Amino acid sequence: MALKFPIFMDSQSTTPCDPRVVEAMLPYFTEKFGHPASRNHPFGWEAEAAVDRAREQLAALVGARDPKELVFTSGGTESINLALKGVTEMYREKGNHVVTTVIEQRAGLDVCKRLERQGVDVTYVPVQPDGMVDVEEVRKAITDRTILISVMFANNEVGTIQDVAAIGKLAKDKGIIFHTDATQAVGKVPVNVEAMGIDLLSCTAHLMYGPKGVGALYVRRKGPRVRIAPMIDGGGHERGMRSGTLPVPLIVGFGKAAELARQEMDTESARLRALRDRLQDKILSSLDEAFLNGHPERRLPHNLNVSFAYVEGESVLMGLNKDSALSSGSACTSATLEPSYVISALGASAELAHSSIRFSLHRFSTEEEVDFVANKMIEVVKRLRDMSPLYELAKEGVDLKSIQWKAD
Amino acid sequence: MAYSDKVVDHYSNPRNVGSFTKDTPGVGTGLVGAPECGDVMKLQIRVNLETGVIEDAKFKTFGCGSAIASSSLATEWLKGKTVDEAAKIKNTDIVNELKLPPVKIHCSVLAEDAIKAALADYKDKHAAQAEAGATAK
Repeated sequence: MALKFPIFMDSQSTTPCDPRVVEAMLPYFTEKFGHPASRNHPFGWEAEAAVDRAREQLAALVGARDPKELVFTSGGTESINLALKGVTEMYREKGNHVVTTVIEQRAGLDVCKRLERQGVDVTYVPVQPDGMVDVEEVRKAITDRTILISVMFANNEVGTIQDVAAIGKLAKDKGIIFHTDATQAVGKVPVNVEAMGIDLLSCTAHLMYGPKGVGALYVRRKGPRVRIAPMIDGGGHERGMRSGTLPVPLIVGFGKAAELARQEMDTESARLRALRDRLQDKILSSLDEAFLNGHPERRLPHNLNVSFAYVEGESVLMGLNKDSALSSGSACTSATLEPSYVISALGASAELAHSSIRFSLHRFSTEEEVDFVANKMIEVVKRLRDMSPLYELAKEGVDLKSIQWKAD
Repeated sequence: MAYSDKVVDHYSNPRNVGSFTKDTPGVGTGLVGAPECGDVMKLQIRVNLETGVIEDAKFKTFGCGSAIASSSLATEWLKGKTVDEAAKIKNTDIVNELKLPPVKIHCSVLAEDAIKAALADYKDKHAAQAEAGATAK
């Protein structure tokens, strides 16, 4: 098969819509345009039925007992905001302490920072070098004022999958609400809110071949019944937890994406894991001092994150970005001009955080694309090492740590 | 972020990549930046001891595309200049030539630092060599 450029290998930032998803959505823009809250005419009934069906499709994917437990939002960021702010506001009488981790995605960390300014105490549990949260660390962080534990399901940079079920059990034993940011995991790996003891779960459509602009928050109704204060007031949609006219076409697309993911997850994840392993083997066997970031086994099947010592990530991407799309933990590629806090949290040196590259495959990735990107990556890293003063020094046997660097 | 054509050109075809042996007479070496900050530049000049003219310049850079381009451009500009002329190269000249966006200005600052460090190293060594020469006479 002929390669089509540019090659997209950045599916943990977003994914293309599956054509089957788009097909399902289209009628809901034009002829089936009703408002699902219009209770008294066929346009409304039709729209409401479509939203109900999508809710069922999503409930089936995450193992929710009742589709009503899913609240549609504008995406992962809103779901996380709603979960964290909604719980801390609702349970203020009960306590004011939240336990989370240092590797949550920005939305989780930024909400926690705001909560701290509002007087909530937050404990950020560290992670081990493989990206795993030690459940004992979570247990130790719990106080009698803890009302919420929020731990991401799978990391957006290194793909490490947490022992969610163990944290869910701990939360249940202690009577604490458990939220997981599963935006990177839902539709990719098995997620089951019942089996894993999850009380709140954030997910988004655009990372699972659905449209951008729609997400959901799972809110447990039984054992325990979780209550959250709404962030957006209005018409009382979504059982009062999230007002605003539902974007029916997006929700229909989200539902279809969930159905496809459920049907195809086994075959798709096996295929992507094989492709990912091929990419990893090619790169790691051709380059010295290239280090895998994250857990070697417990990670998303479509994720690969490697640090290439002595070369800087943005310059690596620059060598590839004419024909392939990847991302880096380098400071120069981030809005904050700080290197990846996730890679740094794994205990890697800041230098290796600057040198990290994330490859993320998707439903439409091919073996030819993997081979092309692997070969190109090897070529670019070698070229950049040839012009790297650090590589030169290292090859001369100089310990880079022994040099007095003059930082600007 | 979109790069200027000049940055892409220097990144794709860097000028004067390489190293001189540090203790060669007339060679000055500047090593600036820090690995944890994501950029390190090594810039070297080789000065004709008779004329004070920089006859050759080389660089190696660990850093983003703009850092590579800034140091590549610096070596191009250094060649043929006297040591005194070279000291007048300003980071803003590099910014203008490469059309660096505000977030990349630090790359040009680092390149200016590298030039200054190489010149200082040359002057230190040159003074030492001149002194050694005088003593030998």
